[in-house]
Amino acid sequence: MDKRIYYVLRIADACLIHGQRLGEWCGHAPIVEEDIALTNVALDHIGQARALLTLAGELEGRGRDEDALAFLRQEREYRNPTMLELPNGDFARTVLRVFLWASFMKVLCKALATSTNAQLSAIAAKSLKEVRYHQQHSGDWVVRLGDGTEESARRMSDALALLWPYAAEWFADDDIDRDAQASGLGPAWSTLESDWMAELQPVFEAAKLSPLADTPFRTTGKRGVHSEHMGYLLAEMQTLPRAFPGAVW
Amino acid sequence: MNNAQAWATLAQVPDPEVPVLSVVDLGIVREVEVADDDCVAVTLTPTYSGCPATEVIQEAVVQALKKAGARTVKVSTTLDPPWTTDWITPEAAEKLRVYGIAPPHLRAADAQTLHFHPKNIACPRCGSLNTQRLSAFGATACKALHRCLDCLEPFEHFKPI
Repeated sequence: MDKRIYYVLRIADACLIHGQRLGEWCGHAPIVEEDIALTNVALDHIGQARALLTLAGELEGRGRDEDALAFLRQEREYRNPTMLELPNGDFARTVLRVFLWASFMKVLCKALATSTNAQLSAIAAKSLKEVRYHQQHSGDWVVRLGDGTEESARRMSDALALLWPYAAEWFADDDIDRDAQASGLGPAWSTLESDWMAELQPVFEAAKLSPLADTPFRTTGKRGVHSEHMGYLLAEMQTLPRAFPGAVW
Repeated sequence: MNNAQAWATLAQVPDPEVPVLSVVDLGIVREVEVADDDCVAVTLTPTYSGCPATEVIQEAVVQALKKAGARTVKVSTTLDPPWTTDWITPEAAEKLRVYGIAPPHLRAADAQTLHFHPKNIACPRCGSLNTQRLSAFGATACKALHRCLDCLEPFEHFKPI
């Protein structure tokens, strides 16, 4: 497959899978305001994924639409970074992941403004407005919990310890990044790391959190090799379209 | 049917989530082209990527134009330039306020700071600036929930984006 398609799929699948995970909070969040918030963030991500998957299908040119790509691929064909497929954990871990990903999306969408693909640049400009609000909202919670009670600070610090090593994958370039950078489709993700860290800095400082030291641990979701959690997530997400092919609301 | 009639027809199509505004008031209708044979092409833009009203709006646009005499209606979607609350006209903002929804209080470009706790959003009922945000998200993607600390009424605020 064309490397450009994989570049788009990485973003599309990250939004899709993160949206699916956030949707699991529907009816379960600690307070109703956050129930609405997490599912609204999920909705934005699903909308972004729809546009990006449609674009990936057009680039592929084999007639696969957003639904075929979202629901009828095998696990190894999904290209989301592994962090987005991890179980939600508690509320602290969920909002920290929203914050880390929204901060990344923000710098990515800004950089995609100059993409040689006009549709990708249009999707990015639209998504930027949405992820900015996600970042503001989740950032507020990271501060409130990180600089809150002993218990909330412990949970936020545990969440950071768990999630942080998974972010390293985002900035580990491969041929797909290099190809996108060379063709002007979009930035190699490694070039976004310092801007991403700058987005985290004021919130981490207020939340009394520090970025952790790098480790050799590298996940491989971007290359289609996922964690043990991915199969369960896909089974739930795909069951209806696979059981009833062509089902519509 | 001419271009002005097509726009006038669309100006009567309410947004399903905020029915006090038409799809034209909201700035969702970007282009309308009427061909000599009354075939109409409409370009729409979604408010939010995941707005669940998008399909309903497309259907309503097609039905309204057909009822007004269009032979066929072709709807296409554009994302560029991205929708902004700056396209809500002052008249439409006043309609929102009378309906009980506080209109966007800032230009989109001024609503981008990291820490964004909107304060001093005017209560659409009593006009007081002594208000408080209750929830960053509301019943639809485009709104947040606030309350007035003077008249004690809750109200929705149309978020500037």
